[in-house]
Amino acid sequence: MAKKKIRTSQEVNAGSMADIAFLLLIFFLVTTTIASDKGILNILPPKQDPNQPPPEVELNERNIFNILINANDQLLIEGEFRTTTEGLTEEIKTFILNFGNPDEDNLALFNSLPASLRAMAERSPESSDYPGSGGAVVSIKTNRGTSYEIYLEVLDLVKRAYFEIYGERVGLTADEYRALTGQTAAEKELIDRGKENIPMAISIAEPDKTGS
Amino acid sequence: MAKFKKKTKADTNIPTSALPDIIFMLLFFFMVTTVLREQDLLVEQKIPQATQLQKLQKKSLISYLFLGKPKNTSLYGVEPRIQANDVLINTSDILQWVNQEKDALSEAERDQITISLKADRDVKMGPVSDIQFELREADARKLMYATVGKVEE
Repeated sequence: MAKKKIRTSQEVNAGSMADIAFLLLIFFLVTTTIASDKGILNILPPKQDPNQPPPEVELNERNIFNILINANDQLLIEGEFRTTTEGLTEEIKTFILNFGNPDEDNLALFNSLPASLRAMAERSPESSDYPGSGGAVVSIKTNRGTSYEIYLEVLDLVKRAYFEIYGERVGLTADEYRALTGQTAAEKELIDRGKENIPMAISIAEPDKTGS
Repeated sequence: MAKFKKKTKADTNIPTSALPDIIFMLLFFFMVTTVLREQDLLVEQKIPQATQLQKLQKKSLISYLFLGKPKNTSLYGVEPRIQANDVLINTSDILQWVNQEKDALSEAERDQITISLKADRDVKMGPVSDIQFELREADARKLMYATVGKVEE
């Protein structure tokens, strides 16, 4: 009978495996930048034809929510001097949802709003006519010396007012509404229903050149 | 003298045989999420914060513009500059750059190009509005102000 072979251990020593993996892990930890393609979306107006002056849009003063920011980052909101942006979102929401002088379409819009938004809707004749197109517009005007940070902060708050309204119309929070991607039909329907007849009318004026 | 009984010691060794697996799992996570830095930043970048962030779905449609104070101030000065790809450009070059970026996209996607403006928070509105004006000229009207999420109090 043949002699039994003396077998050496077949196992690979895996003790240092963790060390190797650690090394790789640390390499990827250092080189990684988790992609952040997030931000505030803004659609710029189409370019101006130099031969054609921009069309005169007649808007009533009461339909415009004026936000001016000067080079010292001070705010002038609807003619009122401010140093902070506190409470701006709520003001804009009441402004947008004001039905001062609604036409037939916007009366229908008013009736379609959920009760919570209808409770917010006022009928003050001094504020905007209606939320629909041709009605309420939020205008942001900056100076060339205004800091980018405060501009984004204000734009952020204005967007928030709109998203809160959109979200509330479809029974979501603003965060949930923004997270909708529109890739499925159901999500697309929610998005459309949220912003139906309430366009996001944010006008960003060319900054002033003076005083910078 | 009373003899103390020797305590039977429990095995204190923690089994570490599963450690490599855990580390590998972490490793794969970082390998998948990682994007190797494509370009060196020539300008300072402290991205501002905001709350109402939206996420873009199609990454291939995004082109990045960086705006901020140059890192190498002795060479480029202290005024905010625009960086596209790997070089600093002037405002007047944006038009050409946008057209190059558009050419890289397919015909159908060309008008959906989105510019992600990664501007430093210390930048003033002047250069930002110059960029916006050029982008309007170049007909790349979807602009995204890149921001990071703010933790709300």
